[in-house]
Amino acid sequence: MSQQSARNAVIIGGNRIPFARSNTAYVNASNQDMFTAALEGLIARFGLQGERIGAVSGGAVLKHSKDFNLIRESVLGSSLDHATPAYDVQMACATGMEAIGSLANKIKLGQLESAIGGGVDTTSDAPIAVSEALRGILLELSRARSTKAKLAALAKIRPAHLAPNAPGTGEPRTGLSMGDHQAQTTKAWGITREAQDELALASHKNLAAAYDRGFFNDLVTPFNGLAKDNNMRADSSMEKLGKLKPAFGKNLGDEATMTAGNSTPLTDGASAVLLGSEDYALSHDLPMLANFVDFEAAAVDFVHGAEGLLMAPAYATARMLKRNNLTLQDFDFYEIHEAFAGTVLSTLKAWEDEEFCREKLGLDAPLGAIDRTKLNVNGSSLAAGHPFAATGGRIISSTAKMLHEKGSGRALISVCAAGGQGVVAILEARS
Amino acid sequence: MADKYMELVNTGATKKLAKLLGLPRPPRLRRYSVDSPLLPGPLLVLGTSARAQELSDVLISWGLDVRRHDAGDAKLGGLLLLLDEAAHPEELSPNMLAAGRALRQLLPGARVVSFSRPALAEDEPALAAVRQGIDGAMRSVGREVRAGATANGIVLENSTSIVSPSALAALRFFLSGRSAYVDGQFLTVRNEQGVLPEDFAKPLAGKVAVVTGAARGIGAAIASTLARDGAQVVVVDMPQAGDSLAKVANSIGATTLQLDVTAADAAQQIMDHAIGRHGSLDLVIHNAGITRDKLLANMDAARWDSVIAVNIASQLRMNEAFLAAGLPNLRIVSLASTSGIAGNRGQSNYAASKGGVIGMVRSSAKLFEANGGSIAAVAPGFIETDMTSKIPLGTRTVARMVLPSLMQGGLPQDVAEAISFLGSDSAAGLNGQVLRVCGQSLVGA
Repeated sequence: MSQQSARNAVIIGGNRIPFARSNTAYVNASNQDMFTAALEGLIARFGLQGERIGAVSGGAVLKHSKDFNLIRESVLGSSLDHATPAYDVQMACATGMEAIGSLANKIKLGQLESAIGGGVDTTSDAPIAVSEALRGILLELSRARSTKAKLAALAKIRPAHLAPNAPGTGEPRTGLSMGDHQAQTTKAWGITREAQDELALASHKNLAAAYDRGFFNDLVTPFNGLAKDNNMRADSSMEKLGKLKPAFGKNLGDEATMTAGNSTPLTDGASAVLLGSEDYALSHDLPMLANFVDFEAAAVDFVHGAEGLLMAPAYATARMLKRNNLTLQDFDFYEIHEAFAGTVLSTLKAWEDEEFCREKLGLDAPLGAIDRTKLNVNGSSLAAGHPFAATGGRIISSTAKMLHEKGSGRALISVCAAGGQGVVAILEARS
Repeated sequence: MADKYMELVNTGATKKLAKLLGLPRPPRLRRYSVDSPLLPGPLLVLGTSARAQELSDVLISWGLDVRRHDAGDAKLGGLLLLLDEAAHPEELSPNMLAAGRALRQLLPGARVVSFSRPALAEDEPALAAVRQGIDGAMRSVGREVRAGATANGIVLENSTSIVSPSALAALRFFLSGRSAYVDGQFLTVRNEQGVLPEDFAKPLAGKVAVVTGAARGIGAAIASTLARDGAQVVVVDMPQAGDSLAKVANSIGATTLQLDVTAADAAQQIMDHAIGRHGSLDLVIHNAGITRDKLLANMDAARWDSVIAVNIASQLRMNEAFLAAGLPNLRIVSLASTSGIAGNRGQSNYAASKGGVIGMVRSSAKLFEANGGSIAAVAPGFIETDMTSKIPLGTRTVARMVLPSLMQGGLPQDVAEAISFLGSDSAAGLNGQVLRVCGQSLVGA
């Protein structure tokens, strides 16, 4: 197995800015502002000023065309050596996971000694495009040579063309929003409203408790006057969550269960994770929180209804467990990204389902149940919010710290993504 | 605003007007930079001391133009009074009168420094009289010299001499721009400890220093001054101040530690970070502090308790842990305040905490010395910071311009310079001292 011949890629630490609900604290911050801030906090924490890092990789899901070199531009605005190469990656909500996993692979191969991976997203400063018709006319205008031709092009513009195209979370091939997709899956797996609200409540309580015990003191650096994730509701309750009206799957009528409380809100934020070889960490007197063991991507055919949009991690996990000779129960922490409470609960239920595991995953026996006390123990996206590309970095750095605090064991990370994709990973404590 | 006023009264037509009206004209202070000379002109040495020749050799090796007894009409960068052998008040006359004549020749930003011995209860009355008399005379000279010049003294305790390591270090500090806002103060040399740096531009080379409350103001200035002086710095502040803290760190190549100093394990976290990441812990600056001003009659428990918890209780707890860990040669410098010495209306809580710092420093000196370390405090007077900008304008203007001999507030850098000096190995013989950086004033936070 190639894993055993390669050297270790270690997670040294991470940094993120507090996550902010869309159109709140970071309303005037760009992706570049936020990712640069996440980098600057990381640089300050680990004394990387003037250091040439092997590579910085990350991305944003919602990106202006002017930000074609978003990560490189952020590096140029940071305190790193400007001779640090950087590149953009994009894999929807799994952007951070893909960026960090690929960097870990390069470290394992000996191509990199150090790396920073992460991501950023803003829905407050999202790009707005002109309509396709207007775009066609403007391109024609730019090609026109004569005044007559220019006027002819301009004359084609109609008021209706001026309506902008704002980005949405709708799937291009189905036209359904991500929430409406998940609502179908949630219903198919029979996930109750109460179970979803319980998961959401636990997320808020766990995140608040983690802040209270100072868990985030070396994982988060304030930004723009915000010191904690402002979506967090430490005083949330089943009663309050129970009062919310359904937000997705409204066509299901009385059977609709997904509300704004058990779904992630649109969020702004950025995260960055520092990785390195053992040699790099040792020679720079840097901590080694956990090994990045492996990661796996999967994709499902959601377009024709064969599988739910956000179920790919269930498949990726099965393949990754097999490759690493592990069972689903061999973990001390499970970090399953809470895009929606329904996503997490559907995935867990699928792993327990004999038919799903046999028919879809090709397994002789179900992967089985997990110990729910090991799930998202310091809160997850329902409380922290979900700035798409930044979520992977948030989870990986927090999980690495959890393993370091425990001093043993391993963690499973799972992140679903638009387009029917998902990326999962295994981290292991340093013994 | 202070800068604008200083500009107006010191330049062009407005300078003449200011003179005519008799407005206070705060001088520009001579502050340290790496490439500035130690003194702006020759140093005149008056008086006698057993090891005057040795001292003179050292001064010349520092690049000073040293004149003994008489400098003619030359403009002077400094005046050094060797008064440590004076045995009777009647003996002061020749040296003090000669010094008086020389005062007229001082250049802007000049320095007057004396060497003397402490007046002790067991001394002969005449001996104690002359020694205590020097204290009063030098403080008066501090109030007389103008144009940013200052007067300070070095007291040689026990059998120390004018060439003891910390005596030389204190002398160099007072002569240099590092002491710009120190006026009318005395440093006492207790013993022969202390090692002068190989490179006076990098007195903290190879040291790992932790500064608490480093996200802004005086703390940020301390961090950048320690880094300039060669230390690897760790900056500490509350998690909520992390973004400012990161900016400070990235501007000076430091690492950040987001930490509430009142946490029970604060010292352990500081040691873990400094030793784990940088190999040692050599210097801790207890700078983190808060004000919650209120007249005592209106004081509530929240205000009183939080000031005590942050400003003194946290330091006591951390020092205990540092001592228990037995770190070798650990130096501590704490932030006291002139409010802790002279008191300040509305600051009974703050003064209790800062007076507490002074008591703690004096009592802890022996404890740190046992491991080759030391502890000292700096008591700032009125320093221009975010914190003091909250003081009402009228009070602030009076505090910064009228009361101090130097007719202005100090800068965070002025406090930082004193801290860097007291935290250096060369200051080991000054263990237990409290140095005021107040422009010879007694007002301010």
